[in-house]
Amino acid sequence: MALLLGALLAAACVFAVALPYLREPEPHDDTLGAPGELERRQLELSEVRDRALAALKELELDHRTGKISDEDYRSLVGPLRREAGQALQALEPRTETPARVRANRSG
Amino acid sequence: MPELGRAALVVTLGLALYALVAGAWAASKRRRRLAQSAQNALLAAFATSLIAGAVLAVALVRRDYSFVYVWQFTSTELPMRYTISSFWGGQAGSLLFWLVLLCGYSAAAILLNRRSSRDLLAWTVPVLAAVAVFFSLLLVAVASPFVTQVAPLDGRGLNPSLQNPYMLVHPIFLYLGYVGLTVPFAFAMGALLSRRTDERWIVVTRRATLFAWTALGLGQLLGAKWAYEEVGWGGFYAWDPVENAALMPWLAATAYLHSVMVQEKRGMLRVWNVLLVTLAFALSIFGTFLTRSGILSSIHSFTQSSIGAWFLGFLALIVAGSLVLIFSRLSLLRARTRLESLVSREATFLYNNLLLVALCLTVLWGVVYPILSEAARGEGANLGAGYYNFFLRAFGLPLLLLMGIGPLVAWRRASLRSLGTTFLWPLGVGTVVGVVLLAFGAGSSIPGLVAYTFSAFVLTSIVLEFARGTRARKALGDPTRAHALARLIGRNRRRYGGYLVHASIVMLAIGIAGSSAYDSVGEGRVARGDTISVSGYRLQYRALEERVGPNATELRAVFGVERDGDELGTVAAGKNAYTTERQVSNEVGLRHDYLTAEDLFVIAEQINPDGSVYVRIFVKPLVNLLWLSGALFLLGALVALWPDAREQRRLAVRYASAGVPSRS
Repeated sequence: MALLLGALLAAACVFAVALPYLREPEPHDDTLGAPGELERRQLELSEVRDRALAALKELELDHRTGKISDEDYRSLVGPLRREAGQALQALEPRTETPARVRANRSG
Repeated sequence: MPELGRAALVVTLGLALYALVAGAWAASKRRRRLAQSAQNALLAAFATSLIAGAVLAVALVRRDYSFVYVWQFTSTELPMRYTISSFWGGQAGSLLFWLVLLCGYSAAAILLNRRSSRDLLAWTVPVLAAVAVFFSLLLVAVASPFVTQVAPLDGRGLNPSLQNPYMLVHPIFLYLGYVGLTVPFAFAMGALLSRRTDERWIVVTRRATLFAWTALGLGQLLGAKWAYEEVGWGGFYAWDPVENAALMPWLAATAYLHSVMVQEKRGMLRVWNVLLVTLAFALSIFGTFLTRSGILSSIHSFTQSSIGAWFLGFLALIVAGSLVLIFSRLSLLRARTRLESLVSREATFLYNNLLLVALCLTVLWGVVYPILSEAARGEGANLGAGYYNFFLRAFGLPLLLLMGIGPLVAWRRASLRSLGTTFLWPLGVGTVVGVVLLAFGAGSSIPGLVAYTFSAFVLTSIVLEFARGTRARKALGDPTRAHALARLIGRNRRRYGGYLVHASIVMLAIGIAGSSAYDSVGEGRVARGDTISVSGYRLQYRALEERVGPNATELRAVFGVERDGDELGTVAAGKNAYTTERQVSNEVGLRHDYLTAEDLFVIAEQINPDGSVYVRIFVKPLVNLLWLSGALFLLGALVALWPDAREQRRLAVRYASAGVPSRS
């Protein structure tokens, strides 16, 4: 009985492992999708943008709670806004591109 | 059903091996279906490891002594709860427990990231599978829980010190922590192997790391409570190698949880973070090796076996492989920003990291020193508690102080003027508390006095953070203070959850300082009717009682307790004689004072045939804060762990705009 159960278990596992091949015996494309150079750059810029925006938000909270003096606030807020602005600007013309590239690839 | 258990383990090994080889091949050749097949193999390995676990659990519950493991660790008289907990009481069972948890974590990692991080996951799966191969190979070839024999009439029973309610949960939390550290390690290695060194591996593993760290922290606290009540030497942490083995990965993971914020906020410490994740994982394997190999004498090490060589080989492979990989990817991990000022939040995180890692490595040196000494000189030499206590004070007290300084300092840089404003109250309160304590005689222990002064400083800074944040939110239009506080925490879960965890660490520090620096002890031989006094308590030895428990004969010396003329009831301490195991355990008597968090702790060291007892009594001020700190620690961790819908949306936008399917 136990051996039968063991054999059934092995068979079920083989089925699970083979499932991607059983589902798609002859796929249109078997390449593992990965972000291309453009997408990676986009991701990097998005991280810079999010980091700058989060830093601005934090700076505002710290200023409002009195942790940062007006003087410090003024000296920090400018560079941070510039950083966020530059990241947004760099992202702007490319925003649609990766999605478009993906659509073109699948089409 | 041992055949089914064996078959399940062999199939698990086969699946893990397949996931390792096919997964690595698929990732390097970018084969989509093969990568999915490798993922399915790891998912199936979870199912098969669960079946193996279920077979052992059923054998334990049925007390089927034809399983050697069941015979070794249970007996007919053993209460059912300890029969179940003996699953992780022995070597083979605990390795199986490791494997089940590992496969569970792997399955969760796959299912949660299948869509969002395909490229990252493709290389993560072989790393997870490599760890699963190691543990399933051990279970198949070296330490199988499914070895059978002709069933004897009864089992040998469980080590009496493991027959304690805390042993039902302490190992579970500890293993959840140890094994959970595999996930960030696997994703970090996956990121390096796939050359995707963006922040996705950090985002993806954030909760898993925090979960594992929380579990490891709670596991240690539960272990300390077990040692306090069960081992009965009057303390809760003895710098035992196996205790240290759990502390080291926790310290490394604590350093990582702080430094990862610097990477997220400032894009710095990228190499350092990968090194910390590797260190934490390597130390978790090292911890398992220490517990399971029996290489070091420890009250927690329940086995002597030859399994150590396997662990050492695996550990060497992990360390060497990871370091080679990290150094080969250094160019991808270069920081994009620099430290602007030595007085900034990121700088305090850096100091905190240096202290945590220094403490971790100091403890590591203390653990390996006897092994190296044995190898070099043929005789083991232990570094005593003095060594550890010295470094705990040298690194721990500045760490405590930094917990209060960090939140008060702004990111990037802070001017003296800002610091003057934010430090005013915490410094004032800390100084006043220090002076008052000194006036009340707390100067008898300088480290204790410093710990309390720093604790007051940290607690004030935390309270101020909550108060100022709430006030700022109220000024923005929140209708009530409670509403403003809830919104403040809800919108900054990690930050304010972190503050709650800091408060719990302060509570822990106060408890440790109070119970170790200001405790009192008294001892002596007492006959019936005699009294003994310690620190205001007067104990009168009233009776010696014997009763028969389910699997032990329990002998208790009963003491009447008085303080300042008030009757406080009785406390009983004694010994249990376990019939099947043929062992005797110390059973301490405890009286908690919930108002002062103080304990009266009684050990009946020796019970003489004439009925007299040699007793040792401790009065431990504030010791109960240690256990209460666990609840606050859990609350803080839960606040930080709770999913943040706003952050999920932000990440979704980030990945969608970059063409990566969203779901973190």
